[in-house]
Amino acid sequence: MENTKLTNKERLAIPPQKMPEQEPSERIHNVNEVPLGFTEEMAVAEAERCLQCKNAPCVKGCPVEVNIPVFIQFIAERKFREAVDAIKVTNVLPAVCGRVCPQEEQCQKPCTVGKSLKSVDRAVQIGKLERFVADWEMAQNTAVTPEIKTETGKKIAIIGCGPAGITVAADCRREGHTVTIFEALHKPGGVLAYGIPEFRLPKKIVGREVDNLVRMGVELRANMVIGKIYTIDELMENGYDAVFVGTGAGLPVFLNIPGENLNGVYSANEYLTRANLMQAYSFPNTATPIARSKNVAVFGGGNVAMDAARTALRLGAKNVYLVYRRSRDEMPARKEEIHHAEEEGVQMNYLQNPVRFIGDDKGWVSGVECLLMELGEPDDSGRRRPVPVKGSEFVIPVDTCIVAIGNASNPLIPHTSPDIKVTRWGNIIADEETLKTSKKGVFAGGDIVLGAATVILAMGQGRRAARAINEYLATGQW
Amino acid sequence: MNTILEKEFLSPQVFRMKVEAPEIAKKRKAGQFIILRVNESGERIPLTIADADPAAGWIELVVQAVGATTKALSEKKAGDSIIDMAGPLGRPTHIEKHGTVVMVGGGIGIAPAHPIAQAMKAAGNTVISILGGRSKELVIMEDKMRAASDEVIITTDDGSYGTKGLVTDAIQKLIDGGRKIDMVIAIGPPVMMKFVSLLTKKYNIPTQVSLNTIMIDGTGMCGGCRVTVGNESKFVCVDGPEFDGHLVNFDEMIQRLGMYRDLEKESLDHACKIGLDR
Repeated sequence: MENTKLTNKERLAIPPQKMPEQEPSERIHNVNEVPLGFTEEMAVAEAERCLQCKNAPCVKGCPVEVNIPVFIQFIAERKFREAVDAIKVTNVLPAVCGRVCPQEEQCQKPCTVGKSLKSVDRAVQIGKLERFVADWEMAQNTAVTPEIKTETGKKIAIIGCGPAGITVAADCRREGHTVTIFEALHKPGGVLAYGIPEFRLPKKIVGREVDNLVRMGVELRANMVIGKIYTIDELMENGYDAVFVGTGAGLPVFLNIPGENLNGVYSANEYLTRANLMQAYSFPNTATPIARSKNVAVFGGGNVAMDAARTALRLGAKNVYLVYRRSRDEMPARKEEIHHAEEEGVQMNYLQNPVRFIGDDKGWVSGVECLLMELGEPDDSGRRRPVPVKGSEFVIPVDTCIVAIGNASNPLIPHTSPDIKVTRWGNIIADEETLKTSKKGVFAGGDIVLGAATVILAMGQGRRAARAINEYLATGQW
Repeated sequence: MNTILEKEFLSPQVFRMKVEAPEIAKKRKAGQFIILRVNESGERIPLTIADADPAAGWIELVVQAVGATTKALSEKKAGDSIIDMAGPLGRPTHIEKHGTVVMVGGGIGIAPAHPIAQAMKAAGNTVISILGGRSKELVIMEDKMRAASDEVIITTDDGSYGTKGLVTDAIQKLIDGGRKIDMVIAIGPPVMMKFVSLLTKKYNIPTQVSLNTIMIDGTGMCGGCRVTVGNESKFVCVDGPEFDGHLVNFDEMIQRLGMYRDLEKESLDHACKIGLDR
């Protein structure tokens, strides 16, 4: 094979392949995906950059421990089928993870290539390669339904069809168990459906992954709000042997400043749900409205804030200000997302903090008063604490505001199952390795346990929970 | 998918629908609601459950066709289906023996008031129901309310039926007549609930109102339904839909209900052009 002839020096000399993207001026007028994907040639060239390190530091950086060197080697050999199968051993959602994982913080961070070239930005682009083979598989239309073991007759209820629930469903179904997913909304996917925008994660990808589950024999029940239609105890009385709670961090945190209930002030959850799940970008061809904004302020510095800001641009806003109380270096959003937002014209208002919303005579928000901040001593998180500058008040004229400062845990399940212990923030307490809760037969994972985290961490917990559920159902030992 | 079993117009704009929903019918309690979507491109709207039969497996909805979605729903016939329905949502009404309970139902608010009146009566309360509407045809379910109440008072804005006047006039009359009222439960247009609450506050009569705000998920996830109650922001979907009427900021709530007024009109115009079942 040609690539085995390359020396490490030659590999390091191959430039990182640049994935083509929609031009910023064009993409702000549509909701289509921004990065367009590698060609086969680009993917093979990128794969040839991998040094095939024996100790594989990248694998240790991956929450679901994808066998990265192996799948990359297959790409280098143009064995794309084998590559995608190698990923799917541990990751049921490669097309999703290839797009939304923070690889620069995970697999790509310890990459030897990046370290040798002295920049994580020059590491092997593992995520983009993962996306390439997942998309390749979709294009071939050859997705293989994994083998299902002999039916065990044991029943598992999964609450929430987000990344954690989908992972548990796949891993438990493969073991031969009967699996039902209960989803509160009308569409499956959880945050992949309602939260992450089309331009970052096309919904047909989520749909296809869920279709795969259904093909495996997983039953999906939409419109089922567990805690209301059935409590967990009732599910168990109805014959479910184990329950996995993956209900996510669905309770928006607001700023708690005056004027927050004025018209035009949204939680990021509401804004994104209207735009994505309800497809308000097609209004009035779809029935759900969303504000027609000119000047928008988004509060927060995470990926959700970036998603909201970029969505507002696509919905036609002239000015979108991202108001963040610290500086660019402290922003929790992925660099790539910040970069995309900047390219598209989101105006970054660093070191500013809102203190009150101002309304017009019709009850609509017309401005937001902010204070300038400066960075003081580091706080518990290790980031420098923002301190208000006295007398620095100023007003940003806006007609829409989006609060994207995080999510607390949704109380529906804990309220109706008081025997499941929660932290004082309402997150379900689950064993780190087995994801067992304080209630026998009940496991929990994803954001309801982690607080607002990432898709891949939720999937990592889902994997471990599935392993523990399969063991529990095999042995009966709690 | 939920099949519509029966449908009947109670007035030119108001209709009731029995919808097959066996699991919801078993579980729902008075005061709870569902969220539905009429079709694939439809929005999610909350509707209070008016009645249910757990044995037969249906729930009943009473709806006024005012916006694009309720108009599209009004065009559905028995045998058609509703694409999505989730529930029962919200907290049920707290039922206990208070003594004398006045149930105030305005317009289609009479429908959700009915199961509460039944439950309050079953709990040993004396139930006086005040049914209000702009005109006679908007006073619905009179017979059912009579069966669930000890006394029924009817008011219409135009005097076409019952006493000419507002429901608040009828409450005032009860108070002036020396009737001891232990609890008022008001369900209807926000303006009606606001003025009922203002009146009962003067006399210190505990008052519950049932709010119907704009919602999407109905599980606490979006916060679009938030209202100020006391000094706190509450979510109607999970903290409500019933709140202490004396603490609700109705002006803010009414303002938030009007958030999409222009767009709703556009949506309706558009739907009329291309067919309501877009």
